[in-house]
Amino acid sequence: MRWRACLASALSHVMLATGAVLMLAPFVWMLLTSIRPAEEVFGAVFNPIPSRFAGGENYAQALFASNVPRAMVNGAMVCLGILAVQLATALPAAYALARLRFPGRGILFGLVLFGLTIPIQVPALPLYLALAKTGLLDTFFALMFPFFLTVFGLFLFRQFFRTYPEEILQAARLDGMGEFEIVWRLAVPAALPAIGAFSIFSVVAHWNDLYWPLIVVTSTDRATPPLGILAFRDAETGGNYGALMAGATLITAPLVVAFLVARRAFVRGLTMTALK
Amino acid sequence: MLPVKQRMRDGVTRRDGAGEGVRLVGIAKSFGATRVLAGLDLVVREGEFLTLLGPSGCGKSTLLRIIAGLEQPDRGSVSIAGRSVDHLPPAERDVAMVFQSYALYPHMTVAGNLATPLEMRRLTLLERLPVIRHLSPRRRRVMRGIMAEVRAVAEALRIEALLDRKPAQLSGGQRQRVALGRAMVRHPAVFLMDEPLSNLDAALRIEVRHELSDLHARLGTTFIYVTHDQVEAMTMSSRIALMDQGRILQLGTPDELYDRPASLAVARFIGSPSLTVLETVADGGGGIRLGALRLPFGHRFAAGTRLTLGIRPEAFALPLGPEADGPAFSARLVRAENLGAEWHLHVRLNLPGEPSAIVRLTAAEHEAARACGLMEDPLTLVLRARGVHLFGPDGSRAEPDRARTVMME
Repeated sequence: MRWRACLASALSHVMLATGAVLMLAPFVWMLLTSIRPAEEVFGAVFNPIPSRFAGGENYAQALFASNVPRAMVNGAMVCLGILAVQLATALPAAYALARLRFPGRGILFGLVLFGLTIPIQVPALPLYLALAKTGLLDTFFALMFPFFLTVFGLFLFRQFFRTYPEEILQAARLDGMGEFEIVWRLAVPAALPAIGAFSIFSVVAHWNDLYWPLIVVTSTDRATPPLGILAFRDAETGGNYGALMAGATLITAPLVVAFLVARRAFVRGLTMTALK
Repeated sequence: MLPVKQRMRDGVTRRDGAGEGVRLVGIAKSFGATRVLAGLDLVVREGEFLTLLGPSGCGKSTLLRIIAGLEQPDRGSVSIAGRSVDHLPPAERDVAMVFQSYALYPHMTVAGNLATPLEMRRLTLLERLPVIRHLSPRRRRVMRGIMAEVRAVAEALRIEALLDRKPAQLSGGQRQRVALGRAMVRHPAVFLMDEPLSNLDAALRIEVRHELSDLHARLGTTFIYVTHDQVEAMTMSSRIALMDQGRILQLGTPDELYDRPASLAVARFIGSPSLTVLETVADGGGGIRLGALRLPFGHRFAAGTRLTLGIRPEAFALPLGPEADGPAFSARLVRAENLGAEWHLHVRLNLPGEPSAIVRLTAAEHEAARACGLMEDPLTLVLRARGVHLFGPDGSRAEPDRARTVMME
């Protein structure tokens, strides 16, 4: 019996390891290419390990001769702007949908669920037209505007608040808290893990988004990270894949680091209810 | 109380509340098709410890929530200290509540939990907002005063060592105290308690029971206490309102409920072990027939009316000394339980249908009876006057005042 358990365990580990290698390979290749000298990228000889360390020049070019740093600053501003408005709207709305009794609540929540099924591509055209008519194209506002209201976040927080004990809310009302104050004094602190998990989803999605920025932004001053990489490839560096990969590494790094730091809270936020 | 019109004319409406803690008039509440409260009236005197006692689902918790303002009644009105509070939100009713689950704020320390009700009252909205609040110099001064009061309450409840802990790090009894403290800091006009002891173990429950009684004596504030535990109700209350199916069956002191139950339902609910219930028939002369026995009661029911006799376990005695002359049954002993200070005898009475009954004897009585050979089967049981109740066909009390004297003779 024992060796069968061992075999099963070994098999599952092999499967998982294969999956991990497949997932990680492109990133490893990106890292290796970012320190590979230019002449070797298209060299006839295939050698995974670069013959010499060319990271210095590649990263220098990505940092100082490209739009990548600017795009990263833009990306941070857009992501944080979106996240701030998303949290400010979704948390109170989710609390209201989860805990307050008012006419039309069922219909409103139905609309929220309905909203979950609509991809951004559907309202893209009307949104674009509206922004064009109001002269807001090629601004940070245009980059953020469609994402201010998050149906996903609303849904996630609502499920979370539904498990919050009713008696604590009643105690708070007896103590004199209004509903908004209950949100920020009780609901938000309890929802921190869920807020963390949602923040990672939101930031990753909008940091990596190419579709919407490509539509509404034309100037390099407003470029988000994916646009920055795109512009970098088109520019004179053209074939310099080493520098390009260095830029890609720089853009990927913040998210990977953030996830590694917050990994535990992230998993807990998606699996835990309001109170243990 | 003067009639309403006269009060209005005299312009003394504000003083009506003197001596009155909470007044409930015609409170009715339904959840969907289920009627929880059926037009209930109750006046709770100022400073009294009133217990709402009843089986689960009798509407007692709903009533408490209606007083607190957490639930809106369908009909009826609530006034607290003479002031109508129907239109007021919970926070402005000057009541504090202790919940069954304690309902402490989980991410705040004990100090934070105790301070919150005071912060909500003494700080402005701006002074409570995150970040911005630190800009106010007044806030720091007010907070210092609040923390001094929090510490005083914590000392009174002997939890000052726990002020920096979070609720998750406390035991059940400690949480209970914090919940009590959070209610006390506000000095409310009325304390509302919703089964606050039900999550504690037996030993702690007795301890906290004593502490609650002491607290009530010390504060002199009106307490309204909800429980399904008759021991809690009997030991702590000034008065008990026994509820069932959304109505008050009887309102009175613990003595009144036990010694003069208004109905069979009250008599059955109060007292443990439960009283023995026997079906009997009126004999037309103010007495009842029980087998070959005739018990004189002085009631007014016509001959043949079906009546119910309730006998407390301690109303049975063995024919020792002075008790030997009362009306007697013979009975078969089924089981005897030794509880240390007392014995419970489970017997079957020698009456048609062999009804079962429970007899309570003190340890001394039991010993004396055994010495005299009275514990041999069949037993002879004598009825004492005290603790025998007669109920009419509708279950309400048939006044047995004369019976007491008659039976004593």
